Amino acid sequence: MLSRRAQPVQLGQTAWAWIGVTPFFVFALMFLIVPTLYLVVGAFQDPAGNFTLANLVQLFTQSSIRSAYWISIKVSLASATFGGLLGFALAYAAVIGGLPQWIRPTLMTFSGVASNFAGLPLAFAFLATLGRTGLVTTLLVTFFDFNIYSTGFNLLSFWGLTLTYLYFQIPLMVLIITPALDGLKREWREASAILGASYWEYWRYVALPILWPAIIGTTLLLFANSFGAIATAYALTGSSLNIVTILLYAQIRGDVLHDPNLGYALALGMILVTGLSNGAYIWLRARSDRWQR
Amino acid sequence: MKQAKLGSWIAIIVGSLYFIVPLIGTFEFSMRMRRGEYSFAAYRVVFADPNFQATFAYSTMMALATIVIGVVLVVPTSYWIQLRLQKLRPLVEFITLMPLVIPAIVIVFGYLRLYNSSSILPLTASARSTDLLLAFSYVTLALPYMYRAVDTGMRAIDVRTLTEAAENLGAGWPTVLFRVILPNVRVAILSGAFLTFATVIGEFTMASLLNRPAFGPYLQLIGANRAYEPSALAVIAFVVTWACMGLINVVGRGKQIKATP
Repeated sequence: MLSRRAQPVQLGQTAWAWIGVTPFFVFALMFLIVPTLYLVVGAFQDPAGNFTLANLVQLFTQSSIRSAYWISIKVSLASATFGGLLGFALAYAAVIGGLPQWIRPTLMTFSGVASNFAGLPLAFAFLATLGRTGLVTTLLVTFFDFNIYSTGFNLLSFWGLTLTYLYFQIPLMVLIITPALDGLKREWREASAILGASYWEYWRYVALPILWPAIIGTTLLLFANSFGAIATAYALTGSSLNIVTILLYAQIRGDVLHDPNLGYALALGMILVTGLSNGAYIWLRARSDRWQR
Repeated sequence: MKQAKLGSWIAIIVGSLYFIVPLIGTFEFSMRMRRGEYSFAAYRVVFADPNFQATFAYSTMMALATIVIGVVLVVPTSYWIQLRLQKLRPLVEFITLMPLVIPAIVIVFGYLRLYNSSSILPLTASARSTDLLLAFSYVTLALPYMYRAVDTGMRAIDVRTLTEAAENLGAGWPTVLFRVILPNVRVAILSGAFLTFATVIGEFTMASLLNRPAFGPYLQLIGANRAYEPSALAVIAFVVTWACMGLINVVGRGKQIKATP
């Protein structure tokens, strides 16, 4: 009796459910999928609308575009590698390092803030610290008679940008890798110790083989994170450092490439780079999750 | 192990220096406006600037609009997925992750081509409709955080039992959704909301390319033309970010305390 009465009600509710999720899909189509597809299709067209691969070929042959991608990749690679290593070291210290209890929550809270402290204010902070009249620059000159700018260092350069990006890259690594370090079971360490393994051997043969997908995966996420960033670089270097996001910004503003379809190809290239590194991250993440159960 | 502990201390101390020195540097620089003494002059100049007030108010309104639209979009979706449409979960999760994969500048580039004044849906034709487009672009940016927060909250409560209980008492679905489910995922929504606020308030790319008078483009203008005000603004931005993250912790803790007795 009850089940027979429940049936039509169920059907009605499923219809409501479809109506309930419709706004989400309409929104996703209008403001995420179709705008992106528009650029992707445009990347394969010439100005007359015919299919062509010439735009994609130009990404490699036009030297200003090639160098923009190359600088972006170098900055992202450097900030992801150092961010990954230093973030791992900090997370290791806080989780396994045997430090006082209060260190870990403090580090996590701070990382939550710092990973969101990006964009223009971050550029201002580093200009005030390491710019030509910044605090650290002046202090070094006053007390050690050492001018970092005489060593060839420049905040408005490749290394300056990398150093600045680390301010949000390191905390992001800390936030994502800490749960993975928590997943290292105490028993594994004990079992390897009983079998006579040294601490180094434990890391070499047990911990790292389990952790490497998470470490490499998160580093790829950091790579994509800095590859798509623009505001910090724009405020820090203006247009003096020709990274691909700044080139695309100029293209959107004033068609500096004198070819709208080449602009679409530029955007498609960015989606491919960030898409590949994010895809690899998700794949590696799935691998590392096997051990976290 | 002794050596490992020493190494840990070194890592933490070097890390702390890297993170704290720029904050001190920025604060010190922001106090240097008057020659020969430390003062809060730069802050006074910033707060008195009508453009600061206008752009900050504009971005605050944008953030609030983003949060409201985001909640209206995400909460029912997550609810129905959890209750009836489990098979759509992978698709919805994939869509909510897309804004992390597609850079913001690419998304807004697509908007400018698709919704320009000569298109079928000319959203950029008037200031009001561009505001709407900007809010939608922010909803897109916030989607990964908002959806994850709400979905986690939704999984933590027994959606099915709550819905059945409410329906047995005669509630229609709007009542179920807004008076039963919504209050139960309030903490998750607030966490997502504060994170969204922190992201949107100083956002530069979207606002600048859509030509709206938001706080991000204002920051850029000041950064390019002034000496001490940018540091003061960086300190203010850091305080706002810190406040948002602090509020997330506070609302999260409130829930735990309530759950224990």
